[in-house]
Amino acid sequence: MKKLRSFFRGTYLGLMLIFLYAPILVLMVFSFNGSKSMGRWTGFSFRWYEALFRDTTIMDALMVTLSVALISALVATVIGTFAAIGIHSMKKGPRGVVENISRLPMVNPDLVTGISFMMLFAMLGIKGGYTRMLIAHITFNIPYVIFSVMPKLRQSSNLLYEAAMDLGCPPMMALRKVVIPDIMPGIISGFVLAFTLSLDDFVVSWFATDGIQNLSIYIYGIARRGISPKINALCTLMFIAVVTLLTFVNVRSIKEEREQEQAQKRLARRTK
Amino acid sequence: MKLKRQAFSYPYIVWMLIFILAPMVLIVYFAFSSAEGGLSLDSIITALTNEIYMKVLARSVWIALKATVICLLLGYPIAYILSTMKKRTAAILYVLFIVPMWMNFLLRTYAWQVLLDSNGIFNSILSLLGLPAQQFLYTEGAVMLGTVYNFLPFMVLPIYSVLVKLDRSLVEAAADLGANPVLCFIKVVLPQSVPGIISGITMVFIPAITTFAISRLLGGGKFLLYGDLIENQFITLGQSAWPVGSALSFILLVLVLISMAIMRRAEHDAGEQGGMLW
Amino acid sequence: MKKIAIVLVLSMLICCFAGCGASSDAVTLNVLNWGDYIDEELLSQFTEETGIRINYTTLANNEEMLVKLQQEDCIYDLCFPSDYIIERLISMDLLYEINKDNIPNLQYIDDRFLDLSFDPGNKYSIPYMWGTVGILYNTTMVDDPVDSWDILWNEKYAGQILMYNSIRDSMGVALMKLGHSLNTRDEAHILAAEEALIAQKPIVQAYLGDDIKDRMIGGGGALAIVYSGDAMWCMDEIEGNPDLAYAVPESGSNLWFDNIIIPKSSTKTAEAEAFINFLCDPEVAAQNAEYIGYSTPNAAALEMMGADYIENETYNPPQELLDKCEIFHDLGDFINVYNDSWMRVISYAE
Repeated sequence: MKKLRSFFRGTYLGLMLIFLYAPILVLMVFSFNGSKSMGRWTGFSFRWYEALFRDTTIMDALMVTLSVALISALVATVIGTFAAIGIHSMKKGPRGVVENISRLPMVNPDLVTGISFMMLFAMLGIKGGYTRMLIAHITFNIPYVIFSVMPKLRQSSNLLYEAAMDLGCPPMMALRKVVIPDIMPGIISGFVLAFTLSLDDFVVSWFATDGIQNLSIYIYGIARRGISPKINALCTLMFIAVVTLLTFVNVRSIKEEREQEQAQKRLARRTK
Repeated sequence: MKLKRQAFSYPYIVWMLIFILAPMVLIVYFAFSSAEGGLSLDSIITALTNEIYMKVLARSVWIALKATVICLLLGYPIAYILSTMKKRTAAILYVLFIVPMWMNFLLRTYAWQVLLDSNGIFNSILSLLGLPAQQFLYTEGAVMLGTVYNFLPFMVLPIYSVLVKLDRSLVEAAADLGANPVLCFIKVVLPQSVPGIISGITMVFIPAITTFAISRLLGGGKFLLYGDLIENQFITLGQSAWPVGSALSFILLVLVLISMAIMRRAEHDAGEQGGMLW
Repeated sequence: MKKIAIVLVLSMLICCFAGCGASSDAVTLNVLNWGDYIDEELLSQFTEETGIRINYTTLANNEEMLVKLQQEDCIYDLCFPSDYIIERLISMDLLYEINKDNIPNLQYIDDRFLDLSFDPGNKYSIPYMWGTVGILYNTTMVDDPVDSWDILWNEKYAGQILMYNSIRDSMGVALMKLGHSLNTRDEAHILAAEEALIAQKPIVQAYLGDDIKDRMIGGGGALAIVYSGDAMWCMDEIEGNPDLAYAVPESGSNLWFDNIIIPKSSTKTAEAEAFINFLCDPEVAAQNAEYIGYSTPNAAALEMMGADYIENETYNPPQELLDKCEIFHDLGDFINVYNDSWMRVISYAE
């Protein structure tokens, strides 16, 4: 009886994993297909990978995606960390207001966020697709950093900071030597979260920018034009990168698992 | 000295006012102005009374609801089985379930477009079995599949994190007192996992109702959803459509806030009820 | 701490890459075009020849392009809109008056494509491609003669019909089926077209854009509305499908012209004109036209492409047929009536 039950459980999980992975795996397999067909196997080949790396449009889009993700995550981490420290020491009233406004980008459907940026940038006359994308990404990233750092600030005691100041340490130094190390795990998970959110974003970028494309926008364009095996190759590489990164992070410390989970939850809360 | 620390947040507050608050104000402003400018309720009234818009809204809510229910039915057992496993195994499997979530959302949707294509793998399998080819792509089923596929992990995560913290001894106690496994589950496990279920529903329902790329790529333009409608206002109609587009977005936003409030209330009630039940 | 190190290394790498990308101070032209509408090798050839870089962006339909060009902060230097959009842009005073002295290659353009009604004297636009709208069909699936728009309403082909996800094109097909003008301002006609499209919806497989080509090549549909250039692409001997054929209904169809324009907001007009001149070079135009399959208005280029193209009726339709075709005109704000009808069509559900 018990065996039977665990057999069913295993089968169910297996089926669900197949459901989740089959599409990705099929794309990966067919990225090595000799022909353009996605239904028939015509022989092993690297031609789509070659085509992928020779395609300057895709490479440019990749560059945009990575650089926007990195810069926006860095800027958001700096602004967000300082903001969290500042907000943490605010009085209850203003603090509630600021926190609630900060939650807006997390609650807001991406679609609405994207549209509001589109209108704002047009009104402000901010030109340049790259700048627009960067501003948009920094903006939706900051709250995630703030809310990653906040719990750590709550755990850490104010006393150390005050003590450092009492001993004649200037505020900036006290911050650097005392507060920041204490909340470092929060800052790092905020940064990682911001980086991934930015990497994955499509909807906000789609509306907020003009004349520049990140990978998501590129894929949306190409998917509307039919099937391209180059995208299968890209998918394979991205999957390998994601798996490597995740394995690395997870093997490092199973202990940090729980934190990741919290982060995931927050990631998920952001509507697609 | 207190003031000094608060000052660290000032750059952010400036940023927040310009890039978080101002855009929202713009949406509300445009939603309550007419195409010619000037305050008016015309746009909101149009958005609320136009037959097309309401029909599309109803369909979007309906599809999102169905997708949410399917996600719950598929996702709950996953979370439950994971939570009963050994910590190590569960941790590994758990990561396996979230990996697809880290893949680009459009790539995941594109993958289904490729699979469901008439020359795709499904039809190849059918023809191997000697069956006639089927039209999978560009059906409502395809849109549903894409939605469920994309958002299923969002259902598993919160339920799992609640179940994993569940006190196992309660289940054992119930079993010792003669409750059969089904009763055990209904009376003990289920009530306690309600908060997880509720946040799972929120996490699936809201993205599902606002999505616009899935219906385009998998529905072939035949199943217009509310997100497509809004996109259409801004991308193909342009500035003159901003008021109505903003009004539609505003309605969407209100809808999202309402459903979140309902969920929060339900969570609250469930918390108390769960306590009473057991 | 290791994690931080990794992030730092990664960030430095990326900054290096980004730096490489942005290091040159050459002029960059922002070009906005349809998907698959230029041989992208020509872009790098142009950059090599002139040092002018090209930032190439694509989108899906004329209406989207119009929105982008109407924006006050329009960033584009070159675009390839169709006739009626150009008419609209001219009426809104959004186009730069092209200095033809900078485009000596204009001499190669066939007179038939110059001085057309939407831009008299070609003050603002230079011909790029032209063609008809017709029905692409798979001869193994369709056994009825394809000579009228009515075949797209034939229930025998339920689930096998592909329509364009574009307002004027799809509404246009319904109007032509009913025998009305493509530019009708009679609301009864438009309503009738809407009803026809709604009646057709149950047998339509999908409303698509450029993906129609892939589906038709793969045998994923029996009948599709396509532009003649896309038909050429799909019937290509090597990459295409030999079972496909293209027909323009005898009653006539839509004749269209895509021209190159420079938005008034462009600050790089000299470079943009250099690019237009480059595209009008017969050799370049021939390579481009052969690659994308669209009909070139460049007489010298067509000559170079040879009899295969000149005698192909899809590529170079006979004048009798063209005489029966109608060109889209800008409808001004009346387009909203079309928009509303089209929205009712695509939001319709049984």
